[in-house]
Amino acid sequence: MGKRFLHNRTAVLTVSLVAIIALIGIFAPFFAPNDPYKTDILNKFADYSAQFPLGTDQLGRCVLSRLIYGIRPTLGLAVLTMLGTIGLGALLGIMAGYFRGIVEEIIMRVVDVVLSFPSQIMVFAVVALLGVSVQNVIIANVFIKWAWYARMIRTGVMQYRDRNFVQFSRCVGMPERFILFRHLLPSITSDLAVLASLDVGWAIINISTLSFLSLGVQAPTPEWGAMLNEAKDVLTSNPTQMIVPGIAIVVLVSCFNLMGDALRDVLDPKEAER
Amino acid sequence: MSTVLELKNLQVGLRQRQSETPLVKCVSFAVAPGECLGILGESGSGKSMSVKAAMGLLDSSFHISGSALFQGEELLGKSAEELRRLRGGRVGIILQNPMTCFDPIYRIGDQIAETFAAHNSWDKAEIRTRSLSMLEKMRIRSPEEVLEKYPHQLSGGMLQRVMIGIATAMAPELLIADEPTTAIDAITQFEILNELLKIKHEQKVAMLFISHDLNAISKVADRIVVLNQGQVVDEGDFHHILYHATDPYTRLLVEKRAAVMRQYRVVLKKAGAEHA
Amino acid sequence: MKRYVIRRLLMAIPLLLVISFVCFCFISLIPSNPAEVALRIQQTPIITEEAIAKMEELLGLNKPFLVRYVDWVLGCLHGDFGISYVNPARTVAGELVRCLPATLQLAGASFIIVVVLSIPIGFLCAIHKDGWFDKIMRGIIFISTAMPAYWVGLLLMWGIGVKLGWLPTNGNGTWRHLIMPAFTVALSYISTYIRLIRNNMLENMKQDYVLYANVRGLPQKSILIKHILKNSMHTCIVAMGMSIPQLISGTIVVENVFSWPGLGTLCISSIFNRDYPVIQTYVLLIGVLFVVFNLLFDILQTVSDPRLRKES
Repeated sequence: MGKRFLHNRTAVLTVSLVAIIALIGIFAPFFAPNDPYKTDILNKFADYSAQFPLGTDQLGRCVLSRLIYGIRPTLGLAVLTMLGTIGLGALLGIMAGYFRGIVEEIIMRVVDVVLSFPSQIMVFAVVALLGVSVQNVIIANVFIKWAWYARMIRTGVMQYRDRNFVQFSRCVGMPERFILFRHLLPSITSDLAVLASLDVGWAIINISTLSFLSLGVQAPTPEWGAMLNEAKDVLTSNPTQMIVPGIAIVVLVSCFNLMGDALRDVLDPKEAER
Repeated sequence: MSTVLELKNLQVGLRQRQSETPLVKCVSFAVAPGECLGILGESGSGKSMSVKAAMGLLDSSFHISGSALFQGEELLGKSAEELRRLRGGRVGIILQNPMTCFDPIYRIGDQIAETFAAHNSWDKAEIRTRSLSMLEKMRIRSPEEVLEKYPHQLSGGMLQRVMIGIATAMAPELLIADEPTTAIDAITQFEILNELLKIKHEQKVAMLFISHDLNAISKVADRIVVLNQGQVVDEGDFHHILYHATDPYTRLLVEKRAAVMRQYRVVLKKAGAEHA
Repeated sequence: MKRYVIRRLLMAIPLLLVISFVCFCFISLIPSNPAEVALRIQQTPIITEEAIAKMEELLGLNKPFLVRYVDWVLGCLHGDFGISYVNPARTVAGELVRCLPATLQLAGASFIIVVVLSIPIGFLCAIHKDGWFDKIMRGIIFISTAMPAYWVGLLLMWGIGVKLGWLPTNGNGTWRHLIMPAFTVALSYISTYIRLIRNNMLENMKQDYVLYANVRGLPQKSILIKHILKNSMHTCIVAMGMSIPQLISGTIVVENVFSWPGLGTLCISSIFNRDYPVIQTYVLLIGVLFVVFNLLFDILQTVSDPRLRKES
């Protein structure tokens, strides 16, 4: 599999690009030329220059520095959301698929109800209910997405639990917990990896949308959606301010989308031939 | 001897990224007016591929070379539109899966009518009378009702007969039957074969009967061409194929059939003995 | 057929009940006392126990949980969704009715744009598969799925509204106001449906009935439009219809970008004002629309497909 991964140019390129972006975000103080919070009202809307490579915004802050610091909330929150989603979805999905009976019935009915609401509305409803804050944005996104994962993982578990090697483990008398983690999880990981990388892009867009509507990350924190919200107010006087964060989002999301497709090719060659 | 369709050194290859996989290698045969030529071979031997290639039914990912003459005219260079006019009009074609060959969302009557309209300038009333008489000729009961039916409401045998009706309705010079009996049950098979025999005697068309079933082919064909792995391996009348075939693959087919027939006779005899 | 429709209608009822129950629980789940919230929002100077009790009385919060739920559902059925916390003089129904037309206008226009653009483009992509047009469209689709709707809105606003000055950048009133927001809402759906129609047509092209249509010598145009496109449209129309509620909920963001005075703007301002009854009703409305449209197009599909019509 490692070899197939290295041979897939898209997979290698996208994974390394995401890794580079993540590293830049982690070591933001090292890469950013200026302090992203330092305002200098006299130097607002500055043009591209050596000191401010992408100019300054309406408060005279360095756009490039804000963009680099913005990787942290944008990518970080999306990854956190996905971890939460997969965690919750996997837990409930495995429970439903493995223990069956009443547990499954309850979990799957809840899944049905959650999926019967349009997801976009649920995000707003949850944020409205819990109040505007970063952690609530993550909770809202996990809340609307976990059901997809629970359903998918349950199907996966049900397919695998009757396979011979799982039956064998049970006959040999291994504890249930051991069977779950040793056998079931690895066999559904590849599906999970593909779906998750496609959904990171979705999470980035969703979280930045909430920040754009001032329902998520609040100014002055440099999140890309929040930056676009600020840029919206100066649309006529400094239109270029909205170009950079937007492109950044498109590049990062495209990267995750491509990565998902490439991972599918790598992990499931049969599917790719279609 | 004049021929209706003649294939000369026909080759078909599937174009892939760099290479080309040959599917039909050098197939030649000819069929005369009033003659029925059987093309025998197992699936993948290129038997229907070569006919599809001649009739322009393959898309551009296939590379076709050689020559295919219809009434002395070269088919391979012809435009898509010229080939379209030929198909359904002067060349009738019958396919093997009647249940899936009709568009599920249109009534049978509409599908017959659109075929007639594509080749003639008949008005609505004439199309209707011709559709009815065509169904009657195919011995389909209550043809008015059948015209109003959707494909899923008819049986495979009925649809196969509608298909034969459509193929023969416009007095074709050549009738191509591509595995017409494969997808239907034994009794219907028998009826369909009789239908084809009748057409052969009445209309004096040239017929190509493509099948992997030696029994079916022996019933209708005057002459048989055996195809194996994209090549003609044997040719002759049924008697020749049965007793004087030189090709090992043909012999294998014949022997299998003979074995089946022997077994059949044994069973029959036993059943007869038990009855008596 | 009739029995199938009735069965489907009956099956929708429990789902509607669950949705309404969830929406009702919504208000009960607020961390603080709704009556207190309402008083705070109205900027009552001193919040006394009596004031809270009075407000609870006014909002009907002092009754048992299930009684309140039944009352609320019955009220909803009569079009009474309660009163706004922010301005007790206004009913929620009144607020929704005020904002609904603008949103429906926007969603309707987007739906038309989606249908008008995605069907022909999907069709062309399918018949020229891997040609230059298909490749360009695939590129555009790929980029557009990575573009947040609000950013598309901003780009349009700046490019067409400010730079070129062709269209007004905000507000509503004329059809010229409608174009940019409607296109922004439509964009992501256009890409989805181009892909759906393209792949569906390619799938249909491989079917036996297409080969047989060719065998019968039907003209290429008739095969493509009468048979392949029409067969593909069956699936796609149903999918499109089912996505109408999503389209309506998708207007939330775009309405806020273009200051479109519809439900989305109302919803966001209600979130900021903590006007829970409005949000509750909005969620209920979308949930019910979701169920209704799913049901409607599911039945429509059954009626329009001769293979499904007969059975049952």
